[in-house]
Amino acid sequence: MLDDTKSNKVLVEVKDLKMHFPIHAGIFKKRVGEVKAVDGISFDIYEGETLGLVGESGCGKSTAGRAILRLYDITEGSVKIDGVEIGDTPQPNLRKMRPTMQMVFQDPQASLNPRMSVAAIIGEPLNEHSDMSKAEKREKVLSLMDQVGLNRDFANRYPHEFSGGQRQRIGIARALALNPKFIVCDEPIAALDVSIQAQVVNLLEDLQEEFGLTYLFISHDLSMVRHIADRVAVMYLGRVVELASRETLFSDPKHPYTQALLSAVPEPDPWLEEKVDRILLEGDVPSPSNPPKGCNFCTRCPQVMEICKTEEPPTVEIAPGHIAACHLYS
Amino acid sequence: MADGAAPVLDVRDLKTVFKTRAGSVHAVNSVSFSLKPGELLGVVGESGSGKSVTMMSLIGLIPSPPAQVTGDGVNFGGIDLLKASDDELRSIRGARIGFVFQDPMTSLNPVFTVGYQIMEPLRKHMGMDKRAARKRAVELLELVGIPDAERRLKDFPHQFSGGMRQRVMIAIALACDPEVLIADEPTTALDVTIQAQILELMHELREKLGMAVIWITHDLGVIAGIADRVLVMYGGQIVEHAPVRELFKHPRHPYTRALLKTVPSVRGEREERLEVIEGQPPILRAEPSSCSFAPRCPFAFEHCLRENPPRFDIGAGHDAACFYDFETGAPRSSATAMAKEEAQLDAG
Ligand SMILES: Nc1ncnc2c1ncn2[C@@H]1O[C@H](COP(=O)(O)OP(=O)(O)O)[C@@H](O)[C@H]1O
Ligand SMILES: Nc1ncnc2c1ncn2[C@@H]1O[C@H](COP(=O)(O)OP(=O)(O)O)[C@@H](O)[C@H]1O
Ligand SMILES: [Mg+2]
Ligand SMILES: [Mg+2]
Repeated sequence: MLDDTKSNKVLVEVKDLKMHFPIHAGIFKKRVGEVKAVDGISFDIYEGETLGLVGESGCGKSTAGRAILRLYDITEGSVKIDGVEIGDTPQPNLRKMRPTMQMVFQDPQASLNPRMSVAAIIGEPLNEHSDMSKAEKREKVLSLMDQVGLNRDFANRYPHEFSGGQRQRIGIARALALNPKFIVCDEPIAALDVSIQAQVVNLLEDLQEEFGLTYLFISHDLSMVRHIADRVAVMYLGRVVELASRETLFSDPKHPYTQALLSAVPEPDPWLEEKVDRILLEGDVPSPSNPPKGCNFCTRCPQVMEICKTEEPPTVEIAPGHIAACHLYS
Repeated sequence: MADGAAPVLDVRDLKTVFKTRAGSVHAVNSVSFSLKPGELLGVVGESGSGKSVTMMSLIGLIPSPPAQVTGDGVNFGGIDLLKASDDELRSIRGARIGFVFQDPMTSLNPVFTVGYQIMEPLRKHMGMDKRAARKRAVELLELVGIPDAERRLKDFPHQFSGGMRQRVMIAIALACDPEVLIADEPTTALDVTIQAQILELMHELREKLGMAVIWITHDLGVIAGIADRVLVMYGGQIVEHAPVRELFKHPRHPYTRALLKTVPSVRGEREERLEVIEGQPPILRAEPSSCSFAPRCPFAFEHCLRENPPRFDIGAGHDAACFYDFETGAPRSSATAMAKEEAQLDAG
């Protein structure tokens, strides 16, 4: 959003979003607790930008992405897309909104129906959400295939006949079918080979430029996020602990978790790698059904203070556009 | 890592072919390499490039049929593993060559305690009694950084987190003081913060124990931080081999060069646009008769489609299987056969 190709218009506004999953136990399936997968996150996504969402597995990235698209009935909070509040919209009424917002999934294999041809998969959203004629639909599908770099001649083939990278292109074409404004990409390259990842990332960038798309790009691959995102939010145990522009986040991370996470990424350069100052975190991420008191990160934080074990840190803007939730800065 | 020392493992011309109803897959094609005492040999390549099948073939872990494993020999301390009996192989695998796989849940037995699984090889291969084995098991868990080791012996694998399970696997692999440790993508399924812990542990263990290690990964960052020497695999072949710094500074195979350019980094310059390697990695239905990378290679010329390039020795312990010479910016002059022999002799 800092350079002039991106607008200042907020397209997606997430406020105090919570998604808790109940835990049931016993023969009466009594509710005994809840998994606080997403526990109060807030951020804006500007039109035309890519917001990266990073963090270790289990920290709530996918849940956040799905909750924002209202694939779940959210526990609390507000989600506005293009000015329209959808946080409390009942599922049937969401149908009209669906075309604007789409999702691309990690596992292209699992998200494509193996018994449908590629043309049928890509065209499926058109059946439900458009009144195109059969011929118009066919033409649209073929042009979508062109746009994502799939050979039109393969329109009648089945997903298993394609490689992982090509299957991801099918998933992207399907997401584009209804001319969405906002796409949640949930680990879209995690299942792909190194040499194929760049192909898909470049495609996503080209499509964004061509159609002015807005992305929430979820990934645990910090180097790829540094490449594709304009701004980056870092999640830990259901919370956003830091959010900043790409440049700031990678060159001047403030939250001790962000610092440790970035320092852990190996460097594909033996000379640089030797000089990396690693902050090794002890232990594992606590369970989201029983998060620690105070700051979520206090059990592993190398800079933990007394206050961190009792009081939840407020989220503060430590510099324009740079947000952190840490007692070091409050 | 002493340069002249005899290798602990020496693999010559290893080939593995899977014969399936759908046809043959030539997964490993004339792979030769050796492992020196105390060194860490990194093996890098995309999925399907033959990394796992190579290592599993040489210690008899590939069921045959459907696979056919052949070669000029796999010398391990004077024994040719390709000719060894199943019993011999089993005892070598349990004791003298240790293994760590990507997913510890598939190699740990869910119904036995972790303590039992560490103690079993100690009793079987080292002849320890129960008390001695137990004492050693605690030592091993402490060695790999599992807190409260004594108490955790009676826990089952599912009671450990992913990172801790991988530590348990490493403890089991190290139980009998192996001469060689083969680690197949041991950190691929882990988060980066946990991966950093395991890599740090590996540095410590190598300092303490000094065993030779083969470390398989698709992550060039991991290779940069941990390897002494590197094999780059593509299409079931070693396409480049060099000491780690030499490889990153002077990559001589177009595939290695492209791979180094296509991965972004969290430090240093950020590229506006990622470099792309067009096309897909191959599935080899027959023994390669041309360069397997040629269809994706911007430098390919007529010769590359006619002959599978041998590994050309380019000095400094470095060889590359490519007819194009990046030093001169032109195809190699054709003193090929000699170069091949030399490269194979020097591959150690
Ligand atoms: N449908 C569900 N029911 C119960 N728990 C869930 C559900 N989906 C996710 N979780 C839990 O919520 C937490 C966050 O999961 P997820 O959003 O998938 O994390 P990430 O995508 O960051 O890896 C995890 O502890 C996970 O087990
Ligand atoms: N049991 C099998 N039957 C047939 N093909 C196999 C079998 N196991 C592996 N392969 C093939 O062998 C090739 C090399 O696989 P592998 O060594 O697992 O690759 P890597 O470890 O580099 O990802 C791949 O093309 C794979 O599909
Ligand atoms: Mg996820
Ligand atoms: Mg493998």
